[in-house]
Amino acid sequence: MANFNLNINGKQHQVDVDPATPLLWVLRDHLDLQGTKYGCGVAMCGACTVHLNGTAIRSCQLPVSAIGNGSITTIEGLSATGDHPVQRAWLEQDVPQCGYCQAGQIMSAAALLEANPQPSDEQIEEAMSGNICRCGTYVRIKQAIKTASTLKNSAS
Amino acid sequence: MTLLKTKIGRRSFLKTSTAIGGGLMLSFSWLAACVSDPKRVLTMPEEWFSLNGYLKIGENGLVTIISPNPEIGQNVKTSMPMIVADELDVDWTNVIVEQGPLNTDIFTRQLAGGSQSIRQGWQGLRMAGATARRMLREAAAKAWQVPVEEVTTKEGMLLHEKSGKNATYGEMASAAANIPVPEEVELKNADDFKIIGTPRKNVDGLKIVTGEPLFGLDYRREGMLTAMVIHPPAFGMKLKSLDDNEARNMPGIKDIFTFKPYEDGHVKNMFDASAFTELIAVVGNSTWEVMNAKKAVKAQWEPFEEYADEFSHYSDPSRKIAKRQPAGLESSARHAEIIAEYSSKPGNVVRRDGNPELAFKQAAKVIESQYFTPFHAHNCMEPLNFFANVTADKAELVGPIQTPEFMEKSVAARLGLPLEKVDIQMTRMGGGFGRKLYGHYGVEAAVISQKMNAPVKLIYTREDDMTHGTYSPAFHALYRAALDENNNLIGFHVRAGGIPESPLFANRFPAGAVDNYLAEEWSYDSNISVGAFRAPRSNFMAAAEQSFLDEVAEAAGKDPIKFRLELFERAKNNPVGENNDYDASRYAGVLELVRDKSNWSEVQPGMHRGVAAYYCHNSYVAQVVDLEMKNGKPVIQKVHCAVDCGIVVNPLAAANLVEGGTVDGIGHAMYNSGITFSEGKPDHSNFNTHQWIRHRDAPRAIDVHFVQNNTDPTGLGEPPFPPVMGAVANALYHATKKRYYNQPYLG
Ligand code: FES
Ligand code: FES
Repeated sequence: MANFNLNINGKQHQVDVDPATPLLWVLRDHLDLQGTKYGCGVAMCGACTVHLNGTAIRSCQLPVSAIGNGSITTIEGLSATGDHPVQRAWLEQDVPQCGYCQAGQIMSAAALLEANPQPSDEQIEEAMSGNICRCGTYVRIKQAIKTASTLKNSAS
Repeated sequence: MTLLKTKIGRRSFLKTSTAIGGGLMLSFSWLAACVSDPKRVLTMPEEWFSLNGYLKIGENGLVTIISPNPEIGQNVKTSMPMIVADELDVDWTNVIVEQGPLNTDIFTRQLAGGSQSIRQGWQGLRMAGATARRMLREAAAKAWQVPVEEVTTKEGMLLHEKSGKNATYGEMASAAANIPVPEEVELKNADDFKIIGTPRKNVDGLKIVTGEPLFGLDYRREGMLTAMVIHPPAFGMKLKSLDDNEARNMPGIKDIFTFKPYEDGHVKNMFDASAFTELIAVVGNSTWEVMNAKKAVKAQWEPFEEYADEFSHYSDPSRKIAKRQPAGLESSARHAEIIAEYSSKPGNVVRRDGNPELAFKQAAKVIESQYFTPFHAHNCMEPLNFFANVTADKAELVGPIQTPEFMEKSVAARLGLPLEKVDIQMTRMGGGFGRKLYGHYGVEAAVISQKMNAPVKLIYTREDDMTHGTYSPAFHALYRAALDENNNLIGFHVRAGGIPESPLFANRFPAGAVDNYLAEEWSYDSNISVGAFRAPRSNFMAAAEQSFLDEVAEAAGKDPIKFRLELFERAKNNPVGENNDYDASRYAGVLELVRDKSNWSEVQPGMHRGVAAYYCHNSYVAQVVDLEMKNGKPVIQKVHCAVDCGIVVNPLAAANLVEGGTVDGIGHAMYNSGITFSEGKPDHSNFNTHQWIRHRDAPRAIDVHFVQNNTDPTGLGEPPFPPVMGAVANALYHATKKRYYNQPYLG
């Protein structure tokens, strides 16, 4: 067990856990932030995607001890009221079916658009292929990413 | 207008304050988390008036509609309340939706399976809305001293035209709640629907995109422990001995013990299916600690002797069915030998029309092909999990379950509690696909909680989930077709079988369209547990049959759509046999629609097309796949879908479901590794080796077209999934000049 000071969604959090604990379980079990999902635990499904310093990472593979001063954003911190362009686009396209994968999809999409505001179809496929959607909402996700790109670019 | 006898029991007049999260059901206050977003509507009322078990109206006109069935992503939580709201005649923006509790006195068939929620819920939901509307009108008539026939409604308003009197539903709700439930109610004509048939967004959309804790895996309780189970590493094995010395002393670990999910001699219901009679429980404070301790548990396993499980029949529980669990460690290589042997000898004849042997003897051409699919794991994105809090005299369970009623019974039987002392609350599910019909994990959670005397959340890791069984069986089908010298189909033969179940539907198309027809089946026992998987059996038979018909059409020199339409014409005008399990006109209807919408006769250069149509779970779907080869790899540019599911309750969600089923079907047939076995052990346990369809493999576009009619609605969770597997096999054939007989096609 060791103490860690984590910067999550703009707030400082203290946890006392095994240093090897993946960020995913720190979020879910210790900080009551359950928007980030568990799907595989081996970096193959993307359900656990969060941002570390703005980059999309799989939180199931990131030991809490490796975070240091890095700033973490989870789905709960992407926007205050669900009005991030990606969230708005997701609602506009009515993307979710079961919804379980969608936090991870949204976090991957938001990081993609931050790095590349107008991704091509191929770039979307490339960036999003680490996120499985068991319900098969891929076509809608791609539409929503394009909608979000428009929303974002017209806002800025 | 339809007059219907009301069946819904009216509970006594209930009035509650909104302090507990708008909950009429006091014991379900946590469900506040599952109430749709109230921000976009009127403010919460001071009082709720319950008109029946499906709805309550606040004094300010806000309406809460209870969605009775489990939500697995098929969007019933939006579409079921839409049906109530339409008959009630309210403004949808003034409706909030709550997930209903398990209550078989009020609700019928609270089960997510077989694509039946909308079909079987349809009348009850309409009646609930119509009954409440009638009671509101009666209340107004009484207050205004006018005949009830003269009181009309409009979007939450009661009106009396002659006197100019009007009131909101909210103003009349209190009085209406005291009106006796009418004996009969009028239902709307389909042409008068205002909400049904209009696109409505997912009522939980905002909660999903903001990451609210809606799912079973997200459920937490003060003082809750985390539990995991260890099952044998191979089918055919059982526990021999356990060494938990190291694991038990690891940080955060509370207890490690063995237990039986079901007691010996327990007569299982069909959803109690489980391959493992004894498990090891590891219980501790946090997920990570339990995961680590689980790895440190040293257990020894040994092969079991053959035994029999006893099951009660689904529709007649007094009937008992014995199921043999053979001994042995099975391998896919051995399964292949069994399949080769059984598919090459006569099976049990299930249907026979005319003289098939003679037809094949006299045929000018005989076409024969064989198809195979391995076992498949459901792989819901949300792995199995359940919360249980068992105390001396009651059990409270919360989690993802497609069959809450069955789980309640199994838990009650296992704990020795009366049924009314077991309370099951349904969370939103991160996918079901049939896996969460089988509620052993809820029973396991209850047993562990009882032993720990504490609230417990049982979590399966992905590996536990993928290797636990309840798979879709391994299926095989052999097809033969006989053509005469004029290329007419004069004989058809299907011999289908599986381990451990046959996938045959003897009375489905092309039965009824061919004079000489033979359907046989076989099966071979296995100790690998199986269960329903999205469109069970259809998911294989559609792929096989629709690929085969393409081959037959080609051999006959006919266009594959024309070839099928000729057969439907035959089945329509002069059907063979009596038990044909389809409506040839509706079947032909979706094929014609997809033909027209895809511009079938004009193929774009470089594009390869395949078509298929199938009927299952009461709905008809036809699909055309447009596929291009890029750098030697197939890229699906577009899938055109034509669907006949009767009245489309929510076209937005329905299209989403058709798109999802289409993507899932393509993934299942082309990429999904399935589960193979070595010495009883599943060869895949996670997505590192188990292939699944991903963004880059998905179609670039999917067009969905619905047949417009006023037939009562049928479901969509399953029907779009099977046919596209045939359509994609046929498109691949045109692209590569190779037929695809074994799934995964690109394996
Ligand atoms: S849970 Fe982290 S990638 Fe699947
Ligand atoms: S919406 Fe169900 S897994 Fe993506």
